[in-house]
Amino acid sequence: MSDIARNTPTGGLQRRLETNSILLLLAILLLVSIGGIIEITPLFYLHNTIEKVEGVRPYSPLELSGYNIYVREGCYTCHSQMIRPLRDEVERYGHYSLAAESMYDHPFQWGSKRNGPDLARVGGRYSNDWHRDHLRDPRSVVPTSIMPGYPFLAQTPLDAAHIVEQMKTLRIVGVPYTDAQIDNAAADLSAQSAPDDPGAEAMRRRYPNAVVYDQAGKNGITEEDALIAYLQHLGVSVNFKLYDDKAAVNVR
Amino acid sequence: MAPTDAPATKSVTVSEAATTLLFIALATLAGFIASRAHTPAYAFHAALFALGSIIAVFALLKRYELRDVEAPAQFIDGRPNYNYGPIRFCALAALFWGVAGFAVGLYIALELAFPAFNLDLPWINFGRLRPLHTSAVIFAFGGNVLLATSFYVVQRTCRTRLAGEIAPWFVVLGYNFFILIAGTGYLLGVTRGHEYAEPEWYAILWLVVVWVVYLIVFLATLAKREEPHIYVANWFYLAFIVTVAVLVLGNNAEIPISVFSPKSVIVWAGVQDAMIQWWYGHNAVGFFLTAGFLGIMYYFVPKRAERPIYSYRLSIVHFWALIFLYIWAGPHHLHYTALPDWAQTLGMTFSIMLWMPSWGGMINGLMTLSGAWDRLRTDPVLRMLVVSVAFYGMSTFEGPLMSVKTVNALSHYTDWGIGHVHSGSLGWVGFVSFGALYCLIPWVFGRKLYSLKLVDWHFWIATIGIVFYISAMWVAGIMQGLMWRAYTPQGFLEYSFIETTDALHPEYVIRAAGGGLFLIGALIMVYNIYKTLRAPSAASATEFSPLPAPAQ
Repeated sequence: MSDIARNTPTGGLQRRLETNSILLLLAILLLVSIGGIIEITPLFYLHNTIEKVEGVRPYSPLELSGYNIYVREGCYTCHSQMIRPLRDEVERYGHYSLAAESMYDHPFQWGSKRNGPDLARVGGRYSNDWHRDHLRDPRSVVPTSIMPGYPFLAQTPLDAAHIVEQMKTLRIVGVPYTDAQIDNAAADLSAQSAPDDPGAEAMRRRYPNAVVYDQAGKNGITEEDALIAYLQHLGVSVNFKLYDDKAAVNVR
Repeated sequence: MAPTDAPATKSVTVSEAATTLLFIALATLAGFIASRAHTPAYAFHAALFALGSIIAVFALLKRYELRDVEAPAQFIDGRPNYNYGPIRFCALAALFWGVAGFAVGLYIALELAFPAFNLDLPWINFGRLRPLHTSAVIFAFGGNVLLATSFYVVQRTCRTRLAGEIAPWFVVLGYNFFILIAGTGYLLGVTRGHEYAEPEWYAILWLVVVWVVYLIVFLATLAKREEPHIYVANWFYLAFIVTVAVLVLGNNAEIPISVFSPKSVIVWAGVQDAMIQWWYGHNAVGFFLTAGFLGIMYYFVPKRAERPIYSYRLSIVHFWALIFLYIWAGPHHLHYTALPDWAQTLGMTFSIMLWMPSWGGMINGLMTLSGAWDRLRTDPVLRMLVVSVAFYGMSTFEGPLMSVKTVNALSHYTDWGIGHVHSGSLGWVGFVSFGALYCLIPWVFGRKLYSLKLVDWHFWIATIGIVFYISAMWVAGIMQGLMWRAYTPQGFLEYSFIETTDALHPEYVIRAAGGGLFLIGALIMVYNIYKTLRAPSAASATEFSPLPAPAQ
């Protein structure tokens, strides 16, 4: 019983591999490389991988801060951002998601589980006030919701001291932030959170579709403001009517 | 405790000096970074790095003080002088992390059933705890089991002492330090936002160093083997180590926004990032949770059953086919998404083909019991190992089924996926790990296992827990999937989203109960091991039947 391997003597290649650890290592590396290379590399050069559509732009500094909070809190563990081209999903959430809509997401936030609904097109669906109530106490607006409450976001001032560094790093990996966008990041951040800010006009030019936060008489920008700005931008970039006037946008 | 031998002849080795200097440098660097960190969480982690390095320096000095003049002998009386220290550490660390990971899993299951458990606090909300749970069970529990068993199996089947003296300890302690950084990071909100790959760049940098040393230790041990052939379990361990390295490097191609910031930006975006993430993610299953644990199966099942592996040829086919096909299966996580159709179809095709080598491996494991089936009645440890292989067969049938696009249209985004994962992780990974640890801990500590009766209790309680868990998730998943697509006769969607969530409540409670049973089983195991270790060392117990003997 001392032997746990019935050693059928095999000749040839297998024998060489199992008597030489370096050959075995190289053979493993070769075999596990093939699948990945064939499936991944074409995605970088096939032109039809990402559709050509108008309107997708990099996140504004406030939206980017909100995106960071979305990632930090692990929202992707319960909410997908990927509407599949299935009848019920398109009717429930809106037009199916395009690859172009997440082309500036580093990392992507498609998710894999829906403990809550898909958020790919949640932008503009609810008011800022609704989001505020919902984040602070989800059960105040959806009585049987199982979402955790995030009241602490409203009490935490947004720390955006390093958002420019993030925008610059994003530019290195291919997000087309312009010099003007990077130079004015701090101004745009505050302009998006105050409707009467003198810089609001310039901010809107740099970031079309940006939702200006409308809460009056606040002191300072909170993490909640940033997260809501991000949520309000989800899925609103592409005007599907340009491509298909029967597109199921905003059908519920 | 003072060394009694002549200290004059003791000299510092190159590796001792180099390791000490490196840790002093790391402590300095980490201290500097801590003083300028952008966020408190990062300052905390840098301080942990500095503290850990200082402790490492002191440990190295103490070790030098206590060690013999000569390096430990490779052979004693013609028998290999096996190095069990790091294995003992990992085996016990696995138990600790296992219980912690199962407990967090139970807690988040309760959060889904009763959201009040979130307490509206940042650190314990579901979004932060779920990565803690997945990482604790996969990488902390599973990882320590793999480290312990791979270091054991490679020594015994090569009939040689583990290569290096400091290096194996660096691997096991360094890996557990990585777990500590990753886990506390999740609670503090440090995450990359990639499932099963949440640790940020600095944790990954550390992991890469640890992993490269792990690979070197493993290869160097193989290189000095006394057996002409490398035993099949080691092929699987080697594939696990190498491929996980490739996957981690590919999925962590990221640029920190500053060395003083925990935040990094991954170079991939959108659809390419999704493909690379699930190339990584599915093969974390394929190579971490499958190949590595198949290494365990190929050693511990035949050892415990005292039978040779059923078919050597089948293990060759199993190994090469499995590692080649697994890599392709990632896109089945992205069916009907914005990933191009050709990639989805490739992923589905290879996932279905993967069924064959998976069942080849299952058959090889189960048929090893030929002539020893009666022992399932009397040996609950063997029963655990065999049932794990049966769960492996079930999950690897369910997986290809769910990878079919039309099935996936229903199952994706639902709890069916969660159920599938847990039949694999609780049933296969959990049971094969428990079985291996019940064998391994008595072997490496030189004790006799305290109680087989308690193993029996562990087995049955955990099995019932798994059945509760996976049946609840099947029902929940299929029900919610059907409710999402249900239409009224007038052609409207029948249910709002929240109605489909409400319907899941009973299943979520049953799931939590199942998870609770599984946790109770693990606690019984901890008690059993505790009593085992408290017993006086019995020299004869090292030769606990079945006798660990090398492969040829």
